[in-house]
Amino acid sequence: MYAQLVETGVKRIKDLSEMSEQERHFQEKIDAEIKIEAKNWMPDAYRQTLIRQISQHAHSEIVGMLPEGNWVTRAPTLKRKLQLMAKIQDEAGHGLYLYSAMETLGADRDEEIAKLHSGKAKYSSIFNYPTLNWADMGAVGWLVDGAAIVNQVVLQRTSYGPYSRAMVRICKEESFHQRQGYEILLTMMRHGTQAQKDMVQDAINRLWWPSLMMFGPSDEHSPNSAQSMAWKIKRQSNDELRQRFIDQTIPQLELLGCTCPDPDLKWNAERGHYDFGEIQWNEFYEVLKGNGPCNQEHVATRRKAIEDGAWVREAAVAHARKKHNKNAA
Amino acid sequence: MNTQTDLIEYLLRLGDSALIQGQRLCQWCGHAPALEEELALMNVGLDLVGQARNWLEYAAELLDDGRDADDLAFRRDERAYRNLLLVEQPNGDYAVTILKQFLYDAWHLPVLTGLSQSSDERIAGIAAKAVKEVTYHLRRSGEWVERLGDGTEESHARMLAAIPEVWRFTVELTSADDSEQRLCAAGITPDTAQVAAAWQNTVSALFASATLPVPPAASYFYLNARRGLHTEHLGILLAEMQFLPRAYPDATW
Repeated sequence: MYAQLVETGVKRIKDLSEMSEQERHFQEKIDAEIKIEAKNWMPDAYRQTLIRQISQHAHSEIVGMLPEGNWVTRAPTLKRKLQLMAKIQDEAGHGLYLYSAMETLGADRDEEIAKLHSGKAKYSSIFNYPTLNWADMGAVGWLVDGAAIVNQVVLQRTSYGPYSRAMVRICKEESFHQRQGYEILLTMMRHGTQAQKDMVQDAINRLWWPSLMMFGPSDEHSPNSAQSMAWKIKRQSNDELRQRFIDQTIPQLELLGCTCPDPDLKWNAERGHYDFGEIQWNEFYEVLKGNGPCNQEHVATRRKAIEDGAWVREAAVAHARKKHNKNAA
Repeated sequence: MNTQTDLIEYLLRLGDSALIQGQRLCQWCGHAPALEEELALMNVGLDLVGQARNWLEYAAELLDDGRDADDLAFRRDERAYRNLLLVEQPNGDYAVTILKQFLYDAWHLPVLTGLSQSSDERIAGIAAKAVKEVTYHLRRSGEWVERLGDGTEESHARMLAAIPEVWRFTVELTSADDSEQRLCAAGITPDTAQVAAAWQNTVSALFASATLPVPPAASYFYLNARRGLHTEHLGILLAEMQFLPRAYPDATW
């Protein structure tokens, strides 16, 4: 999944002449497309921005298990159940990759997860929308993973080596699930009953705009983007990626035989892109602030899982210590 | 009774148990005590639902009444389900979940190992693949029984409390009905006494290293999943699992 609004804490980007020697050396490496590795010197703001972004990305994978977990016990065929289980398993794995990448920056997994549980750390706004019918499992795979992939494909070239390598691995698995999601919808549209077709359109109507919001605020309201771009953490702007997503997704929508819940959507031959309507930015910021439909439930679920599991983790630690002592004796 | 009828019955028992255990694992999604456990629970569940599909497909072919594996999974009522009572029990806390998984795995592995030598080639093939998966399941659940049994005071107490909750259902793991005995005599399924002995050995050894007492053998009581007499937990589980195919009988998913 993705991190969509990451503070850099930087007010103004320095040019090379204003930098210390270390900073200049660092920026020159970035400009030369040389990956930054864990032991290299890096500006503290770069480190902190990456910790925020990668942890947000990891949290998104973990919270992102919940909307699908909501339907895994109700999947309608054995094949669909298996696909969904495999997908959820991959998401847990992606979370683990990302927490590991984050830890190369000196951050602590448990501390960052505690920030998620206290509401201090963010995760992708999309996972605060409820999954209300089975078609949502297709639409989440197609639209939500689709949007994540557009983001993540670019992040394969992000300047921090461990993050970039995690993205390469994640993208491979994610693309597979995205095609499966689309196939769920295609099956329902081509071979399904009217009730099923209605489910598909309903899922698209509900998830279309939230998927577009996954790319973050528009460029003019994205004060942190310039620094992230200069550091090449981000490689393309929010609006560029959002436009690419829309351009590639509309033909897929048409192939399904569904409509887009945007009356202003129109092909613009002059631009060679689709024009589209205004995103409800008020909703976006409210969801990100914690006021979305499922924010409370999802954070509470994750917090409860970790709290209820404390005795299990303590037992594992105690047992490992006993074994270690026995072996040492 | 002919072999075909016995065989269908047996395939349903294997398939239903794997499916219901898989369904219980799905209910953990997002609620596990650690991220690594989210991954492991879904991994084991995925293996089991995959095995269930293989067994139910074969059962459907033998039944030859127009139903497929999905019909068997999603359109049979609880009285027609043949899963072990053990696997339909609620997840409870992690001690109950781990203990159920371990007791099932410790039975499942010798069953599958025996089945991989079956005179029925189809069964032998499915079982040979499943043996690899269940070898992992048993290693994992056994390690957790040890960790929790011989971990902290609290985890030990929770394991002690979990044992009486599920132990009585193990009677099904160590007994066989006439139908199973006929299949065994025909060389299709493993000897139940051997499976029971292997189960007993695994459980005794592991409980010992987990500092847990092995209760006396469970004894027969009214319920009997082989005849579709389940606990009250199964009906609710199926209501959730079967909702979509039941609500939209003409749908294609």
